[in-house]
Amino acid sequence: MLPPVSPLPLGEGPGVRANPPSTIITEYMTQNGTTLTHGIDFASLGRSEPILSLDNEDLCVEVKNLNLYYDNKQALRNINMQIPRRRVTAYIGPSGCGKSTLLRCFNRMNDLVDSVQIKGQILLDGNDIFDPAVNVAELRRRVGMVFQKPNPFPKSVYENVAYGFRLQGINSRRILDEVVEKSLKGAALWDEVKDRLHDNALGLSGGQQQRLVIARAIAIEPEVLLLDEPASALDPISTLKIEELINELKAEYTIVIVTHNMQQAARVSDYTAFMYLGELIEFGDTATLFTNPTKKQTEDYITGRYG
Amino acid sequence: MNNWWKSGDPWIWLTAASVTVSIVTVAGLLSLIAWHGLAHFWPAAILEADYSENGSNKQVVIGEIRDQESIPLSQLQAAGVKVKGEQQMTRILLKTGNRDLFGADFRWVLQLDLQNQRYPPELMAIERREWGNFYGYLQAIKEHGQVVSEGAGAWPELQQRLDRVLQLHQQIRTIEKFKIGKLNYELEKLRLKQRRLELNHDTDPAKPVALAAQKVILQAQFETLNQQLTTLYEAIQRDSISANVMDGRVVNIPLSNIVKVYRPNSFSFLDKARFYMAKIWEFLSEEPREANTEGGIFPALFGTVIMVLIMSIMVTPIGVIAAVYLHEYAKQGILTRTIRIAVNNLAGVPSIVYGVFGLGFFVYFIGGNVDQWFFPEALPSPTFGTPGMLWASMTLALLTLPVVIVSTEEGLARIPSSIREGSLALGATKAETLWRTVIPMASPAIMTGLILAVARAAGEVAPLMLVGVVKLAPALVVDNNLPFLHLDRKFMHLGFHIYDVGFQSPNVEAARPLVYATAFLLVAVIIVLNLTAIWFRNHLREKYKALETA
Repeated sequence: MLPPVSPLPLGEGPGVRANPPSTIITEYMTQNGTTLTHGIDFASLGRSEPILSLDNEDLCVEVKNLNLYYDNKQALRNINMQIPRRRVTAYIGPSGCGKSTLLRCFNRMNDLVDSVQIKGQILLDGNDIFDPAVNVAELRRRVGMVFQKPNPFPKSVYENVAYGFRLQGINSRRILDEVVEKSLKGAALWDEVKDRLHDNALGLSGGQQQRLVIARAIAIEPEVLLLDEPASALDPISTLKIEELINELKAEYTIVIVTHNMQQAARVSDYTAFMYLGELIEFGDTATLFTNPTKKQTEDYITGRYG
Repeated sequence: MNNWWKSGDPWIWLTAASVTVSIVTVAGLLSLIAWHGLAHFWPAAILEADYSENGSNKQVVIGEIRDQESIPLSQLQAAGVKVKGEQQMTRILLKTGNRDLFGADFRWVLQLDLQNQRYPPELMAIERREWGNFYGYLQAIKEHGQVVSEGAGAWPELQQRLDRVLQLHQQIRTIEKFKIGKLNYELEKLRLKQRRLELNHDTDPAKPVALAAQKVILQAQFETLNQQLTTLYEAIQRDSISANVMDGRVVNIPLSNIVKVYRPNSFSFLDKARFYMAKIWEFLSEEPREANTEGGIFPALFGTVIMVLIMSIMVTPIGVIAAVYLHEYAKQGILTRTIRIAVNNLAGVPSIVYGVFGLGFFVYFIGGNVDQWFFPEALPSPTFGTPGMLWASMTLALLTLPVVIVSTEEGLARIPSSIREGSLALGATKAETLWRTVIPMASPAIMTGLILAVARAAGEVAPLMLVGVVKLAPALVVDNNLPFLHLDRKFMHLGFHIYDVGFQSPNVEAARPLVYATAFLLVAVIIVLNLTAIWFRNHLREKYKALETA
């Protein structure tokens, strides 16, 4: 069903490369009377992939009738969706719509909040992650996460990447050296830090820190990688690097990304979900959702008619 | 005026003034203590003068000028001194020494009554093991009562013979303190083993025999040492000197009674500096003599440092674990808040109350039971059921526990949740996250708590008087007998030493400078302990500086 995965993600060709500046449609163009109906000029993205369909995908995560409450306030309403394997799935929506909350359900990060109540199911490879028998630490090893602000530990670059392995009791220098190099290469950071692996990670720039955090996450080879607005605290060049990285990583990982930035969603994702006030309004392949949304709310949002 | 008020200038002045007051207070306090304490060790010149009170017959006085003050005439007259002269009179505190001959070391004299003041270079001061200092002129050196040297050659001869005596004294001390001390300790252990056999109704006949055999060996060793001691004592008593004191009497002083002989009037500045350093070193490294008014304070210094270290070792883990539970695991509710308030209030309980608690709970209850269970053979004399180092450290650990808990909790609260989430997202359990990331990052705060705890514990005296500090401890807590660290022993403490020397000493004038010197040393010890901890904390901060930037 799946195309064979290339071991070298770079081999996917130049067509997937993002081109941020030209994708931004400014307001005056619409006022000038052009017949633009949507916020994203999709053609300018240079996306060469064929239209995707969920029917042809291998499903990785399945959300069934998910409801989430903070005390008595409902934050997620009856979410149902499927996340395909080795694809990038993006969540877009205005602030407070519940996209981050939903993301944090996938690795049960919400367990840390006392007042949260969850009803419904999330199936990872067919097994409910809310099952009491599930080992949460084990689940989080399978579902990695990268946060909005880079949060490297105040340790050396090396120790940051090796952290997950050390947790599993693997302390062999040889194995760790190998893992650190592989992960840093995977996160496109190796060349920049290979000479200062034992310096404090806090000495890196913001963009490097965020890629280090990604390296840290992929070091333990999760199946799913959750990215919670990974580029929102970064400058444009760092953002570009992260986006390129996402494109490379999807050859091996199922990636779920939350973003405020619609251009970013359009650039990096294969599937996009639009959420509004705790509900999943529309979910489909990115090209269709941005060029031909079925719901009025989606169209209003992507054309910028929401406040 | 109104504008000036509005501009905020008065506030700046007010705040700056408060800072100034604080700095001046601290600096003044330290320099006062340092001046009075450190000046004590500088060798004073010995004055010789003709003294006649009210024109009565002249006599010679010899002594060090230790103090000088100006008092109104009326006060003197009211005290019954028949004196005429100016309105303000100067009087001098002379340390005349020779307590065995004159009854007191110190004497106040009016400067008016001192004539013909002179500082003869051959005047000699002797620091003695008993009866305080001696001042006078060296006359002759005797061996077995026969004069062997007189006149100018006597002084170098005295130095040589004194060196020999000091060496002998050192040997005697080594034998008495270490070798015989060790034998006594082992004999006592044998006695306890025997008693234990009786208590356990052990009827194995071989065991008492073995013990008796060991005892015979030890007693034989004891005899040998005793014989060595006898020879040494004979050797050390060979020499003596005769010397003139100020009223013309000739006194015999055995060399074995002498610690140090010197002629301060002939000292150059360099000699004085050398003497000063030697005195300070003696103060730091020697044991006290003569009811703590002479000699050094090493046991008190040692006791203070060891107590603070043991206290730190006990309070840090308990405080940190308690804070981790309160902050990380306990459900934040009314109960937790109550506990937190209670912990904070514990810091405000007067320290003597902790002393009473320590005596009642640690010493009598826990110590008493420990003795019943583990040391029944020593009863009725208590082992842990009496005040000692362990209980004093534990009492102070209890006293400083709130400080450590509060600052650790603050440290934990300052760690950004993103760091915890980052660790959890990598599959770490909560405990792993705490252990590998959160607690290391909170370690600077833990050190801050420890610094405050050390500062408080090192200065506490009141509770210690109830749970283990004594005026004079026969042995240090650490010695050369297994298991080397004897936490059941009583110990000396600088804070209590100040109190003891200052208030309980029979010789007030001699003790006064020691009060200052000991106080200065106590402050110095606390500063050194704190600086070490601060250096360590800054090192940790550097390592985990994420806190400051996040």
